[in-house]
Amino acid sequence: MTFWTDPFNFLFAWLSGVFQGWGMNEVLATVLVWFVGILLLVTFAMVLDIFLVWVERKVVARFQDRLGPNRIGPFGIFQPFADIVKLLIKEDITPIGADVILFNLAPIFSMMSVLLLWAILPFAPKMYGVDLNVAMLYLVAAGSIGTLSVIMAGWSSNNKYALMGSFRTVAQMISYEVPMVAAILVVTLMAGTMGTVGIVEAQQPFVPFWVYSPLALLIFLISAIAELGRSPFDLNEAESEIVAGFHIEYTGMKFGLFYAGELLHSFTFGGFIALLFFGGYRFFGLENLSPIVGAIIFLAKAMFFYWVIMWVKYTVPRIRIDHMLAFNWKFLTPLAFILLMVTALVNRLLLGSAWLVPGLFVSNLILIWLTIEYLKSQARKTRAQEEASVQSVAAEA
Amino acid sequence: MNASQVLFLVFAALTLGSALMVVTTKKMIHAAFWLIATLFGVAALYALLNAGFIAMVQLVVYVGAIAILFIFAVMLTRKDLRDSAKSLNANWGWAALFSALMFGGFAILLRQWDGFGMKEAGALPATDMITKLGTALVTPTQYLLPFEVASVLLLAALIGAVYVAATNK
Amino acid sequence: MQNPWIYVGLFMIVGMLIPIAALVVARLLAPRKPNAIKQSTYECGIETVGDNWVQFKAQYYIFGLVFLVFDVETVFLFPWAVSLNKLPLFAVFEGIIFILILLAGLAYAWKKGMLEWV
Repeated sequence: MTFWTDPFNFLFAWLSGVFQGWGMNEVLATVLVWFVGILLLVTFAMVLDIFLVWVERKVVARFQDRLGPNRIGPFGIFQPFADIVKLLIKEDITPIGADVILFNLAPIFSMMSVLLLWAILPFAPKMYGVDLNVAMLYLVAAGSIGTLSVIMAGWSSNNKYALMGSFRTVAQMISYEVPMVAAILVVTLMAGTMGTVGIVEAQQPFVPFWVYSPLALLIFLISAIAELGRSPFDLNEAESEIVAGFHIEYTGMKFGLFYAGELLHSFTFGGFIALLFFGGYRFFGLENLSPIVGAIIFLAKAMFFYWVIMWVKYTVPRIRIDHMLAFNWKFLTPLAFILLMVTALVNRLLLGSAWLVPGLFVSNLILIWLTIEYLKSQARKTRAQEEASVQSVAAEA
Repeated sequence: MNASQVLFLVFAALTLGSALMVVTTKKMIHAAFWLIATLFGVAALYALLNAGFIAMVQLVVYVGAIAILFIFAVMLTRKDLRDSAKSLNANWGWAALFSALMFGGFAILLRQWDGFGMKEAGALPATDMITKLGTALVTPTQYLLPFEVASVLLLAALIGAVYVAATNK
Repeated sequence: MQNPWIYVGLFMIVGMLIPIAALVVARLLAPRKPNAIKQSTYECGIETVGDNWVQFKAQYYIFGLVFLVFDVETVFLFPWAVSLNKLPLFAVFEGIIFILILLAGLAYAWKKGMLEWV
């Protein structure tokens, strides 16, 4: 066992040996090493988060035909550090009538709900925090802590806009959780496990799960964007309607935590898209070189899907709340459950045969085609009705 | 006392303490948040028993859905969300008496139970646990009927909720 | 130390410590000169009218209820999905019946107009 083939366990054994050499018992040493390891992992996430601020600003600038930050350091790479200094030395204002304890807890919980997801991200074979057998439920549970933090922020701010924003967020997050979980169920079904490492290992190098079920990928992507509250689903902080939504009264570092939490959350969901549908750290056998290579592959994939989420964000305009809810409950949820039933059936029937992947892929395509045909006929019907009503109004006039 | 016993006591204290806060705090919304702390403490106790699935279900269903529904209900029904009222009414004596009787009854019953001396069963390998559960849920000789009845129950709950809301509209 | 949840618990503690540390540093560095205007509720410069904690549409509650039902459903479906590959074919149909019953509930709510926002 060397650092190159198994870095986490190598470091674990080494540090545990050091601590035990100081006369600690094994249990205490283990917990302490875990603590140090988690601290390093979380610190890595936070440093990455700082970098993400720069990525976000640079990419949005390019989408809007601007240059973006370019003054501090090469390509403006040190800009986020200036941002942090600014956030740190900004006055922290607590509005009159705010519920101080909940007001302060909300940004902490918001950040924590995101960081918790890093415990189950598998960066490489043998390089992960913990391989839970209920990892996918853990993902949902961590999300519900995020929802709570939004309610806390909205309620404690003593502000109408904040309360409105938090209500919208909660309605949106709980609604889109349903199709998201259904898409996760499709993956769970195909992998036969809920553990993140098991899901990655279940995917062949050339046929990751998006080939099995492209529709599940699409549903997961859409509902993940809604869970993140990013455009087109950013009704919770719609600037033109409710200013900034649930974090309107937050200033300085507390606002910074919400902002950084959102970015890190997007990146983490990019990671989850990569591990659920694109084989995580696997890349044509390259990951066998070393777990370190695997981790780089995984982070690159996560960064790519983070970019996809940004791409959607800066391309699509915000949708209205009734459309948002109708889209979820009348379209996405039934579709996701139909997909789940079809996948269960096809997967079980073709299990073990060479036709499994083509069968699933074709069944997905048929489902997509049927959906589009149904939508077309519905749209024609609606259009005919609208035109008839317009004509009747015109005839009266 | 070993480490896991200390952890158990910590989480049990958290659960009971926040449960006490639920019934004594004056603001409705604070009661809802304390309730979340209570539910979280119960989830932590499950996790300590290595029952990861139940712990996550506790968080997903209770913290993620039911607690949020509670907060919605508080926010929707109260005119003033800082609403505070006396947390005791005239019947508190009777309530206390009945609770004490119930507690006493359970204590006497549980004293005769020999389950406390049992050693905990060795944990199944983590991957087997969920598979076993899933198999049990759909095996006709085991829990198939409760599984399908659960679905009907959920349907009944949904229809009931929709019906009540539709008549109020 | 076979319990992975100890690790998760530690992760939770560290995940709270880091944001708290950030807030503490900010508290040490940032100026604090509160005054009444600065701390007033922000509503784009207009004075707040009435109470800030206002009542909301009951519609939110309906969506919450529908969500709760589906949330409980998915919890049942997770073990089913995990073990499906090792089960006989009729287990698939049991799961499908389970989902169909729930979708009937959704259809009922839809029909009754409960999924409309206005």
